[in-house]
Amino acid sequence: MEALTAIVIGGLTAASVYLMLARNFMRFLFGLVLLSNAANLTIFASGRMTKGHPALVPYGEDAPLGVVGNALPQALVLTAIVIGFGLLAFTLALAFEGYRRMKSVDTDEMRFAEPKEDTTK
Amino acid sequence: MSWVLVMPIAVPFLTAVVAFLARSYPAGRWISLAGSVLTLIASAVLMAAVLDEGVIAAQMSNWDAPFGITLVADYLSAVMVVITAITGLATAIYALGEIPEETEALGFYALFQTLIAGVTGAFLTGDLFNLYVWFEVMLIASFSLLVIGGGKERLDAGIKYVALNLVSTLIFLSGIGLLYGITGTLNMADMRDAVANAENQGLVTVLAMMFMVGFGVKAAVFPLFFWLPASYHTPYFAISAVFAGLLTKVGVYALMRMFTLVFVGDVGFTHEILIWVSLFTMFTGVIGAAAQTDFRKILSFHIISQIGYMTLGLALFTPLALMGGVFYLVHHIIVKANLFFVAGLAKQYAGDTDLNRIGGLYKSAPLLAALFIIPAFSLAGFPPLSGFWAKYLIVKAALELNAWFVTFVSLLVGLLTIYSMTKIWGMAFWKPHPDGIDPTPDRAPPQVTRSMIIPIAGLAAMTIVIGFYPEPFVQFAETAATQLLDPTDYVTSVLGVQP
Repeated sequence: MEALTAIVIGGLTAASVYLMLARNFMRFLFGLVLLSNAANLTIFASGRMTKGHPALVPYGEDAPLGVVGNALPQALVLTAIVIGFGLLAFTLALAFEGYRRMKSVDTDEMRFAEPKEDTTK
Repeated sequence: MSWVLVMPIAVPFLTAVVAFLARSYPAGRWISLAGSVLTLIASAVLMAAVLDEGVIAAQMSNWDAPFGITLVADYLSAVMVVITAITGLATAIYALGEIPEETEALGFYALFQTLIAGVTGAFLTGDLFNLYVWFEVMLIASFSLLVIGGGKERLDAGIKYVALNLVSTLIFLSGIGLLYGITGTLNMADMRDAVANAENQGLVTVLAMMFMVGFGVKAAVFPLFFWLPASYHTPYFAISAVFAGLLTKVGVYALMRMFTLVFVGDVGFTHEILIWVSLFTMFTGVIGAAAQTDFRKILSFHIISQIGYMTLGLALFTPLALMGGVFYLVHHIIVKANLFFVAGLAKQYAGDTDLNRIGGLYKSAPLLAALFIIPAFSLAGFPPLSGFWAKYLIVKAALELNAWFVTFVSLLVGLLTIYSMTKIWGMAFWKPHPDGIDPTPDRAPPQVTRSMIIPIAGLAAMTIVIGFYPEPFVQFAETAATQLLDPTDYVTSVLGVQP
């Protein structure tokens, strides 16, 4: 299970790096989404995986009985997903507004804050 | 006890909520100002408690460490919180003059107060995942503040800033996950022992590098600083001042915290890398500034160059060097925020920030010229201003280690800083205005000028006080450095008893 997760994380990261190297800002954003998922899976996996034992407290008990899955990474991932979702929504809105104003999603053409590259040389 | 630690975070948050509700009314800006005053009082109370009792810690919701979230303030945290509140107050006053009403109605003050809350939270937390959450609070507020007001320039800058900062955050987040996997804890004090006892020290060093990259992007060190000069010259001046003063320093603070508390197992490797990173940061920053002709772009590159001095203080890793690093951190926030404030007022008077298109400010606004000279020469390290002592401590620490090359670069960068500052002085203040007009203060309404010059004068006065009367500040920095190098007190007060 761990090996499979590790491969999935590796695959996600590789794909995200590939996408983020693109000039198109939308592809960069999709890469960012994949990277964010890879980070979340990393946290999940680093809490060690326990199969078939949910971290639930039986009725009438104060603590879970026996070995259960680690609940903390799940809480962390949940937090990270929520935050990541909010940031992504903002970034998408920003990208859309940027596209409306600058008429481009090509980062080479987004040169309003910085001077344009000198291509005559 | 826990209230002392919670208030500096809670007050700006509550202010943000109220300011958001009152965003369409003139009352909104006064609520923000009152909130900033209260934040300053709360942080002064915290500082008094820390001076009185040493390191103080509080467990949130009574979940004992290392299971719950701990807020903890040692000398470094306390001084960062106070300086954040001071910068926040200065910015709140400055914003009264600069921010137009339609931007206020978009919720400017709510975002600004959230930013202050996020920064303060990052300084006070003792929990690594909580640090990530505060980073995100700070980031989302800073994203919005950067692009508020719109325009192609700001959107372009915003996209680059957002993209690079999100990547660094994800590297930081993955680092947290893996570090938790090794140590089984998220509490930074608890992590110190857990990391030292970890079986696989090689993996710990790899994680240290992940954190160095993650925080390095935030702190804008070489070669990760490219988002900073691409974005800091576009937002409102009040915003670029608070960014320049505080945001990169959160990265430096996080580096200082993690690389004195947790990642101290392989100092020869990690801190050696930091030394080279610092030297390159100092040098590329100052060279970049030399090529610019825009007031704010010059200042932005100088942020990078000065960050190098602070990380150098950490990298040399002696008591004197760390003391210099802490002193530098405090001095730099005041000076750099102030220089951006001056740039804003210079634009009000002369109509632009491009140095080729302005001039004559010395003749028409001698007060502003005097107020520029103080932070500018402090930045360059002229005695007896605060920057001199900061540079003196770092250079002395380098000399004590017989690190001649480090000393040479530090002094050279200081010299080149003077070049940039005299360039601004010569072009903005001394040479006549290229359009032949006289940039008089009358061009701006008097109440605008007033609310912009008060924070400039206040911060300049602080620079002078630190410069002429450095002893208490140096002693404070010394204690802060001692606490950083020997975090026994920190660990004990977080975990209750000595493990």
